[in-house]
Amino acid sequence: MKQFLIFVRKEFAHVLRDRKTLLILFGLPVVLIIIFGFALTNEIKNTKIIIVDYAKDLATQKLINKIESSPYFELEKSIRSHQEIEAAFREGKIKLAVVFPANFNTDLAHLHQAQLQIIADASDPNTANTLTNYLTMIVLDYQAELMQANQVPYRIIPETRMLYNPQLKGAPNFVPGVMALVLMLVCVMMTSISIVKEKELGTMEILLVSPFRPILVILAKAVPYLLLSLLNVITILLLSVFVLGLPIKGSILLLFAESTLFIITSLALGLLISVRTESQQTAMLISLMGMLLPTILFSGFMFPIENMPLPLQLISNVVPSKWYYQIVKAVMIKGLGFSAIWQETLILAGITIFLILVSLKNFKIRLA
Amino acid sequence: MRTLLFLLEKEFRQIFRNRTLLAIIIAVPVVQLLILPLAANYEVKNIAIALVDQDHSSYSQKLVSRITASGYFRLAGYNRSYKEAYQLIESDQADLVLEIPAGFERNLIRENQQELFLAVNAINGVKANLGGVYLSKIITDYNSDIRLQWLQPSRYNPIPLIEITSSNWFNPYLNYQLFMVPGILAMLVTMISGYLSALNIVKEKEVGTIEQINVTPIKKHHFILGKLIPFWILGFVTFTLGLLVAWLVYGITPAGNIGLLYAFLALYLLAVLGFGLLISTYSDTQQQAMFVAFFFIIIFALMGGLFTPIDSMPEWARAVVRFNPLSYFIDVMRMVVLRGSGFKDIQYHLGIIALFAVILNGWAMLNYKKTT
Amino acid sequence: MIPAKSIICKNLTKQFGDFMAVNHISFEVNPGEIFGFLGANGAGKTTAMRMLCGLSIPTSGEAMVAGFDVFKQTEKIKKNIGYMSQKFSLYEDLTVLENIRFYGGIYGLTNQQLKDKTEELIQQLGMQTEAKKLVGSLPLGWKQKLSFSVAVLHQPKVVFLDEPTGGVDPITRRQFWDLIYDAANAGVTIFVTTHYMDEAEYCNRISIMVDGAIQALDTPHNLKQKYAATSMDEVFYQLARGAKRAAD
Repeated sequence: MKQFLIFVRKEFAHVLRDRKTLLILFGLPVVLIIIFGFALTNEIKNTKIIIVDYAKDLATQKLINKIESSPYFELEKSIRSHQEIEAAFREGKIKLAVVFPANFNTDLAHLHQAQLQIIADASDPNTANTLTNYLTMIVLDYQAELMQANQVPYRIIPETRMLYNPQLKGAPNFVPGVMALVLMLVCVMMTSISIVKEKELGTMEILLVSPFRPILVILAKAVPYLLLSLLNVITILLLSVFVLGLPIKGSILLLFAESTLFIITSLALGLLISVRTESQQTAMLISLMGMLLPTILFSGFMFPIENMPLPLQLISNVVPSKWYYQIVKAVMIKGLGFSAIWQETLILAGITIFLILVSLKNFKIRLA
Repeated sequence: MRTLLFLLEKEFRQIFRNRTLLAIIIAVPVVQLLILPLAANYEVKNIAIALVDQDHSSYSQKLVSRITASGYFRLAGYNRSYKEAYQLIESDQADLVLEIPAGFERNLIRENQQELFLAVNAINGVKANLGGVYLSKIITDYNSDIRLQWLQPSRYNPIPLIEITSSNWFNPYLNYQLFMVPGILAMLVTMISGYLSALNIVKEKEVGTIEQINVTPIKKHHFILGKLIPFWILGFVTFTLGLLVAWLVYGITPAGNIGLLYAFLALYLLAVLGFGLLISTYSDTQQQAMFVAFFFIIIFALMGGLFTPIDSMPEWARAVVRFNPLSYFIDVMRMVVLRGSGFKDIQYHLGIIALFAVILNGWAMLNYKKTT
Repeated sequence: MIPAKSIICKNLTKQFGDFMAVNHISFEVNPGEIFGFLGANGAGKTTAMRMLCGLSIPTSGEAMVAGFDVFKQTEKIKKNIGYMSQKFSLYEDLTVLENIRFYGGIYGLTNQQLKDKTEELIQQLGMQTEAKKLVGSLPLGWKQKLSFSVAVLHQPKVVFLDEPTGGVDPITRRQFWDLIYDAANAGVTIFVTTHYMDEAEYCNRISIMVDGAIQALDTPHNLKQKYAATSMDEVFYQLARGAKRAAD
């Protein structure tokens, strides 16, 4: 045991001495939380739109005012005719155009019916949809005002309440995702590189010749990263509570236990990669290029898994970060207990054991 | 000049001899381009709604069937109480709950007004937004239908009706992949070029061959060019492969001039490679170079307008994005491929990227000192 | 006519802050001479050599290598010297032929010259069957010999060797020194640092650095007489024993 600790100390020395890497290791979660918490949002706001108003009457003015006062839109006022709309779209500055035909108000007053045209830049279908919807709501709102002014009977009014997140911000979605991302990437990258480096330098042989079973050598490498990752978890949770204002609803102990499990999963994956690669460059490229995007996508925190075609949904079941993400969401955001997540935990544990067994088997083969 | 040719010969030999490297340059982007756009999909389908009808009147039931027949929603549950429905939200089986209170029909007639209660699972912001909007529209339509049914139009003041025609330009079928693929390609090209160039000089530093170079008459700028040019060419290869995949698999052909894309790519690669070189001059080990490169690339990817819109970011974030070269590339890709934008439209982007290229490469060169 | 000196050093100094790595060293080396530059670890040998190669600017003093000034003409120096470092620095993932072609080309050899010299070199080293193999797959002794040959391929005036023979058996080392003699006979000045005292005996003259300064400079024969020693080992031991600085 004592000798195991000596190994662990050596590994710690390696890690702590590399200041630049440490800076990034700890800076990464902080930066990600700030980005996700404050910069990124799926809400559509501040979108530049143009209005081509051929009528220039009271009704259009009222509507234009309503649109302008909405936080979703920013009016660009320079366009005169709707032939210029296409060029404006091409320049890439505006996302939507509203065209009021002449006689808008008169039509509304006398014929009780008027038209307007919404042209959306559907490059981003989601934005186009959402903007069109928002604009439609504003028009409907105006319509409802007219109705009330005209004393139209039988009004149904929906009252909406947002759950878990009254401000409709994405934080509850992102924080568990950031945890999954940071833990997985850091652990996989660091272990795989650390082990491969020793292989490359030749020091691995020295370690293996020592009176230790290889498994202890590997474990010793894993320990510093385990502790560092737990520190990262603490950092993320602290940031989440104090900076994002997102409280931890469930059991912190359970959260840590599950995080430890996931860290071990990631370490095992790093181990597997290191066993199968010969150079640092390859290990790094596989860890990063191979893991970054899949982890983001298949965990389900940026894009809903149920939208994906079936084969991809099946793939996501094999991705450990998906299960961890659900566990964290359940415990941290919804405040649920172990009874709700025992299945996911089991799956995660299963994946971990599988990874460890495969790595060890490969490791032994390599040595022989 | 001759020295440069010898340098290039050596670099290319080393690259082509490195099987894994080649596999990565070719296979990884192709595979990711095949999978990612399929996975990255914000289209909101199947919003799951749990309905609670306390009224059980014919009108509340009509509203319910309107909602379920709309095609926007999937009925997750038809529950007896709000509490029951709420549990469906907790277990992630429902996104929204609509409660029609008892006395709905009666109150509407007597008081002329009746509230409905909507609870939205806001953890996934996009769904919440759209779900709410769809529901509002259905309710409004239903509302006007009831009015028409109960009253003859002449018995009340005419309702002003604004008819909205909406059209979708550039992507009439609202194909999400058309939107995502160009952006993802831009990101993949950036990732590969950035990582490879960052690793390259450091590797020589780590192994020691750099000292051998330092002692030779190879000039600073030749050495750096010798590193830049092969990866520049490879960047084109990766990009072209990506375009092929986009065409063959997704049926995407650029609406604008493909030559414009390549012209921008030429400048852009210079900037990215310069960035990678810069990182490698500051790093001592491959591991460090990798990490620093990764750190920046992930920030560029997240803040590039790839997954979330730049317009929605707060002022300070948008300022940061101005320094993100990837955001310009993604923008240009979308502009030229989807909207057919021309040279004039991307002039600004070209200028900025050229500036980036000059600054980053200049800095890298200054940094790389052969003599202490 | 007296031929110009290959290397001239006068009070060459390198200081890092308060630390005097190289302390006012002075010496001269003749063309075609094999000059051994000895000293314990930390004595300042590598720092001195880096200054002479144009890799580091001296703090003070003067030096000329191959007729060029180390302060102002480092680029010219680089064109006229060869260098072989401890790490051998041939590209392990290139073949023997590819390495020769690269380094020859870098030093300005024409295609014809490259062709001729390559053939010559392969013959000389007896590497006909190894020519197309990756350098990484060669045994250490062969790598060393190849490195040296590549270093003198462009017929530099001076070649700097930094501990060139580490890790190989005495026979291989002997073969290596044969190559050095050949080069010296052809007029190349050899500036070599080494820990192997028997190799010191192969040099025309040697200098011994202790704590940044040159404590001895003479032929091996004269040094042995002066220090009443039977081997260079003993000479070295006597001089280096009093050193205050430990390893680099």
